Amino acid sequence: MSTPGETPPIRYYLLRIVFAGIVILSCTWVLLPIIISILYAFSSPQDFYSPKEIIPLHYTLSNIQKLLALGAARATMNSIIVAVMTVIFSFALGLPAGYAFARFAFKGKDSLKLLIIGLRMFPMLVIAIPLVTLYIKLGLNDTLLGVALAHTTMALPFVILITSSIFVSVPIELEEAGYVFGLDRKQTFLRITLPLALPGLTAAAIFTFIMSWNEVFMAAVLTLTNRTLPAFILTSAMAAPDIIKFAASFIMILPALIFVFIARRYLVSMWGITVR
Amino acid sequence: MTSNKQGYSLVERYLPYLLIAPALGYLLFFIGYPLTQGVLLAFTDQNGHFTLQHVYYLLYSPSSNFWPALEDTLALAAVIIPIQIMLALGFSLMLSANFKGKDMALYILIIPLTISDVAGGLIWYSLLTANGFFNKLFMALGIINQPIQFFGYQFRPMEFIAIVLAEVWRATALVFVIIFAGLQMISREYIEAAEVFGAGTWTKLRHIIFPMLKPSVQTALLIRTLFAFQVFGVVMVLAGRDIPVLAGEAYYEQTILYHYGVAALYALIIAAISVVIGYIYIKMFKAQYLKEVAM
Amino acid sequence: MVDVRLRGLVKRFGKTIALRGIDLDIRDGEFIVLLGPSGCGKTTTLRIIAGLEKPDEGRVLFGEKDVTYLPPKDRNVSMVFQSYAVWPHMKVRDNIAFPLKIRGVPQEEIDKRVKWAAELLQIDELLDRYPHQLSGGQRQRVAVARAIVIEPDVLLMDEPLSNLDALLRVKMRSELKKLQRRIGVTTIYVTHDQVEAMTMGDRIAVMNAGKIQQVGTPEEIYLKPANTFVAGFVGSPQMNFFDATVKLDGEKLLDAGEFTISLTGDLAAALKDYNNKTVIVGIRPEYMYPRELAPKNMIGPEIKGVIDFVEALGSDTIIHLKVGNKHLVIKISGSHHYRIGEELTVIFGLDKIHIFDKNTGRAII
Repeated sequence: MSTPGETPPIRYYLLRIVFAGIVILSCTWVLLPIIISILYAFSSPQDFYSPKEIIPLHYTLSNIQKLLALGAARATMNSIIVAVMTVIFSFALGLPAGYAFARFAFKGKDSLKLLIIGLRMFPMLVIAIPLVTLYIKLGLNDTLLGVALAHTTMALPFVILITSSIFVSVPIELEEAGYVFGLDRKQTFLRITLPLALPGLTAAAIFTFIMSWNEVFMAAVLTLTNRTLPAFILTSAMAAPDIIKFAASFIMILPALIFVFIARRYLVSMWGITVR
Repeated sequence: MTSNKQGYSLVERYLPYLLIAPALGYLLFFIGYPLTQGVLLAFTDQNGHFTLQHVYYLLYSPSSNFWPALEDTLALAAVIIPIQIMLALGFSLMLSANFKGKDMALYILIIPLTISDVAGGLIWYSLLTANGFFNKLFMALGIINQPIQFFGYQFRPMEFIAIVLAEVWRATALVFVIIFAGLQMISREYIEAAEVFGAGTWTKLRHIIFPMLKPSVQTALLIRTLFAFQVFGVVMVLAGRDIPVLAGEAYYEQTILYHYGVAALYALIIAAISVVIGYIYIKMFKAQYLKEVAM
Repeated sequence: MVDVRLRGLVKRFGKTIALRGIDLDIRDGEFIVLLGPSGCGKTTTLRIIAGLEKPDEGRVLFGEKDVTYLPPKDRNVSMVFQSYAVWPHMKVRDNIAFPLKIRGVPQEEIDKRVKWAAELLQIDELLDRYPHQLSGGQRQRVAVARAIVIEPDVLLMDEPLSNLDALLRVKMRSELKKLQRRIGVTTIYVTHDQVEAMTMGDRIAVMNAGKIQQVGTPEEIYLKPANTFVAGFVGSPQMNFFDATVKLDGEKLLDAGEFTISLTGDLAAALKDYNNKTVIVGIRPEYMYPRELAPKNMIGPEIKGVIDFVEALGSDTIIHLKVGNKHLVIKISGSHHYRIGEELTVIFGLDKIHIFDKNTGRAII
């Protein structure tokens, strides 16, 4: 099975080559669709409709421009506004709760935490349909604020659980040192805990932003004229020529790709927390 | 509660509740109110009287798509989930080895986590459409003479395949993250001990790794099942209503037909299914949590 | 059972070099200890012998068989891991039986051997429990039982006692040693604890910075350290080291500045190449005596200093002595009282001093 001697047996190298092949294949499986769709988003229509050009050779910004002119510019802006509002609301509400779960022992803590974990499993898209009735009464229907409030409901359980685990990861001794050296709870939080938790919290904010940016069902149900980008794509862009759709997909994945790059260190742990 | 004796002020004592209350209140309102409202919408007519007309419509009307939607939602889940679990297991085992560029491979494999179902659908549309990448590639290679049609009502089975491809491509990353995290938690020494005591690759997988991964795989399975009943964007992009799904029908009844009662009924059905699945999950989660503490 | 030979093992992890050429012959049935500080390469060496790592250069021979690139399963080795690695999803019985099952041993024989190993380790009461129902010490016994149940050619132990509390550790030390004598398996034992090494090893290989510094019996390692590293690593408190200049013209002596040590003929002859050069002199704390406590008839150099600090440990007393700019540590039995600031003259036998080359650190005598 193995040849004794100075060099490893051939089988050893063969296995390594097969393994490298599997790794490359796996990465290609993920990357190729993204790369192709981006290339097509910038392809000139002639290249795209020519059966010979597998990879387009002529590139243009006109697809993106046409898409933006169709209303995607406004939809993109709407999406950003909704996502930012969602981040602000869900952190304003979720961060204190996350801190409480991380740092206090109190009666009913386990049941409350289990409730949050359970709510995280709840299919939030179903609340959109009955919400329309309420929103019409409150004048929130077809408003960005209305969408953001719904998105906050979706993001809040995640924000509580993620921030809680971030605060847990800040060693409690560092806080205790703060108390010993004369800070009160608020000062300790602001001057010790928060700065230490900041990188993780930033990643969590990015996560929340993307969650809202990607959400389509609630946005499509709750808006009519003030479409967010995915809702706009679903209702309007699907009627556009193929090449315009690719441009839409490019705009959709752009922030995601940027954020993957910025927050890549946190990606696994962040999504790990949300599902554990 | 003897906190007072220890000299805590009233605020200190109730601080954790004060911190949690806003979030909890918000959640309870924004979930509780719509659910109540949903029940009202589903079971009353426009005069506010109790009625089962929406239920009859949903179940029996020829214009209702409920049964095909339930069927297709389940069919998609039945095909997609096993493939995702297998793929994610494979990726996880691959990344548990040490090799150059391992971190890079990890980042690449989790990119789809951030890509929405709508975008995922569009990306695969660009690969599979008549002028798409694969058709052009295979024609250039001489494997096919004319494009394979994936889209349009007469090609429903192909649309189904396209949805499966897009969902496997996009959402396997989530399963992968769960299973990979589980694999990371297995101490290397457990696996090395098996190696030292004579286990080959298969024995190692069969007797050590798979049994120890079981909780993670169960979690992944349940979460994926939960999401399967919410599938919407990718189906709408790739097949529209050619392949009806529960969330898609809810959307259609609500925004096109204005059957608010029927749409609310769909919402309640999805919620009910999810609560049952979630209940099973929490049961398991709790059991697993207690076991971990005991260890 | 086999002898194990390591030939020129080199292992790199990225830019760090873990092993820089390890050569070691381990005899059949021997209990050898790899001793060294953390990061010295001892665990890497063990893992290469186990087959868990492949060396970048060099070979591993079991008897006449080259096993360098064989996977662990084809080596008939067994191992006790630092964390024990007792599989949590299997009962104790199944943990111990696992190596036998893989080898396709008939069930009847498995039961017999599991019973034998369990009785030997006194865990036969625990066979139907799960690992999380066991204490650390019990888990450790399971790990050992699992390791010996297959009659391995080589038994490897990676700091097996480091996770036990101090009392249990002492107990397990002698138990493991007795067990090894009884079954006579070639054993390679990794530890950073010199007491474990000295009490358990037939021979000790002291390692540092990816190289073997010295191989020898515990006595040889203690009495004749090959270099300053071994001399400093083995023994507690650490050996006293100081620089001294060799003066062989006229009166033959070592000049340490604050004091001098007269050399006898043998020593002077051994140092003849070092005339007027600086060497490192080493003397163990336990071989220096306050003059009034020294054995009668003791002749040797005397050093006078001021007591800087005293650590009374009960059984022993450690005295820190300041001699000019030098610090010397002296260990005496515990029933004596010395006060800080007192003057003290210490005496030691010339036969107990070690002299090392200043550049290479190697022992001259």
